[in-house]
Amino acid sequence: MSIILDDAPALVVILPLLISAIIAFISSPRLAWFITIVTLFIHILLSIELLLSFSSFGLIIYEFGNWPPPWGISFKLDGVNIGLQLLFSAFVLITTIYSRKIFLSEIDPDDSGKAYSLWLLAIGSLNGIILTNDIFNLFVFLEISALSSISLISLGAGTNRKALLAAFNYLIIGAIGATFYVIGVGFAYAMTGTLNMNDLIIQLTQYSEGQLAIFAGMSFMLIGLMVKSAVFPLHLWLPPAYSYAPSAVSTLFAALATKAILIFFVRILYEVFSIYNSYLILFLEYILLPLSLIAIFAGTIIAIYQDDIKKLLAYSSIAQIGYITLVFSINDNSGVLAGFVHIFNHALIKGGLFMAVGYLAFSINDRVTLQSIEGLGQKFPITSYALLICGLSLIGLPLTNGFISKLYIFQALYSNEMFLTIALVALSSALAVIYFWKIVEKLFFSPKGFEASIEDPAIYIPIWIIAISIIYFGIFSSPIVEFSSIASESLIKGGTN
Amino acid sequence: MVSGIFIIITSQNYIKKIVGLAIFQTSVFVFFVSLAKIIDGTAPILNSQNNVYSNPLPHVLILTAIVVGVATSALGLAIVLQIYKNYGSIEENEIKKEELKENN
Repeated sequence: MSIILDDAPALVVILPLLISAIIAFISSPRLAWFITIVTLFIHILLSIELLLSFSSFGLIIYEFGNWPPPWGISFKLDGVNIGLQLLFSAFVLITTIYSRKIFLSEIDPDDSGKAYSLWLLAIGSLNGIILTNDIFNLFVFLEISALSSISLISLGAGTNRKALLAAFNYLIIGAIGATFYVIGVGFAYAMTGTLNMNDLIIQLTQYSEGQLAIFAGMSFMLIGLMVKSAVFPLHLWLPPAYSYAPSAVSTLFAALATKAILIFFVRILYEVFSIYNSYLILFLEYILLPLSLIAIFAGTIIAIYQDDIKKLLAYSSIAQIGYITLVFSINDNSGVLAGFVHIFNHALIKGGLFMAVGYLAFSINDRVTLQSIEGLGQKFPITSYALLICGLSLIGLPLTNGFISKLYIFQALYSNEMFLTIALVALSSALAVIYFWKIVEKLFFSPKGFEASIEDPAIYIPIWIIAISIIYFGIFSSPIVEFSSIASESLIKGGTN
Repeated sequence: MVSGIFIIITSQNYIKKIVGLAIFQTSVFVFFVSLAKIIDGTAPILNSQNNVYSNPLPHVLILTAIVVGVATSALGLAIVLQIYKNYGSIEENEIKKEELKENN
């Protein structure tokens, strides 16, 4: 037993990857789904075990094959990713429970084994992105997750052939992003001779003046990661990919994929290259901050003009990623804290919204546009109220976790006296009300009188778990804030020594 | 490197885009391999005559990256095949035209 527990950091990645190879040969949809659920249940147990051992021993570094770093590949579990690991485990389990009927309605039932195989592949590789401590290993995980998610997105072609174009765009743009990242890794390796992140921090101190090659490498890496995490203006692959993918798939990616990469992005920024503070501040102040502000406005305004609700949510994701990078661009503890709080909260909110919208699409058997959802609030009240809660949280109403996010974002901006930015963020939040209100108006205040129809508990229970946790974390926000403050402390501390 | 990106951006044909991507990736692989070369270095085999040898690690990394590149191209071509089956074309401008017609 203890052997298994010792290897838990590796197992959370390897288990989904292994099962994914087996599950591809199963043709029964029910069995494929059941095996996925069992796998993810073991996955969450392992994550809880990791949390327990983290809380008693602190930092965990797992060395593959007992090769000590910098020679071997290692996984690192520290304050930065422990919270995300737990959220990730819990969320993929809930999404998979939810996915059974919805996912199968959108693909050929004979392919369900293969579809769940890709699903597990994506989960395993995203978890690898969260845990890895090796910059080249990250590239491998990035590409596994990209390829599996592209295949999953292209499965949406069963209902709409535009999914193929979206998948192809994502493939090209994603591959360019990943290759940029590899160029950066090449520069960093040429200068330091190491790929291990902890060792990289030590090796970089000999170039404390900063060498051109290192700056070039750093820029390539950051741009590559910005493409992958859809930071404006490198986001163009995201809206079509999320809106034409099968609903269950968009739920998984909207909630977790970009977040996992953002975590690595801040690690690179604040942990690895933290000794180049002057260069870092230039990047943050003159590139990331303006881009984030544009992202917030562009995302929100384009979302207002969208007719298709999944597309609307995808553009709102661009704006929300903008909020996260905005606070990350404040080079201090409070900003990073707010960023992590929003990463957690936004994962829940967007996940819940995509789930609810996916259910509506499933039950009307059509794309959810502003026209087609008219009056569905009366027809499917249980799901619609969950959608309302998630949406109110997206706007940032008190008693929801979105409010906690906004609170910390404003606090971080206020303590750095960025009053103009505060005004702009407040304005954009007000604009977010517009696009959400359009949905609410069509859903609930429509003249069409529908009878309430029976909803499927297997689908609405997962949605309500998310909706209730949104309210719960809105009132008792301490778990999320605590994880975020552990994360920001260990990031900023990692920078000073 | 630049010519690969140039092809991706300018060509309308989806297969040409994938070729451009492959050129772009290959140039990066060559960059990595060039990092490994040490003047007068030989293959990293332990014997008494040669003490200078090239760094094998970038080669190993690129072996991984080549596999990833092949998988990317394969998946891309598979999607192009499906696009052709669904749209009857693999030219970006023709497909855009058809999409516009559909929307109107």
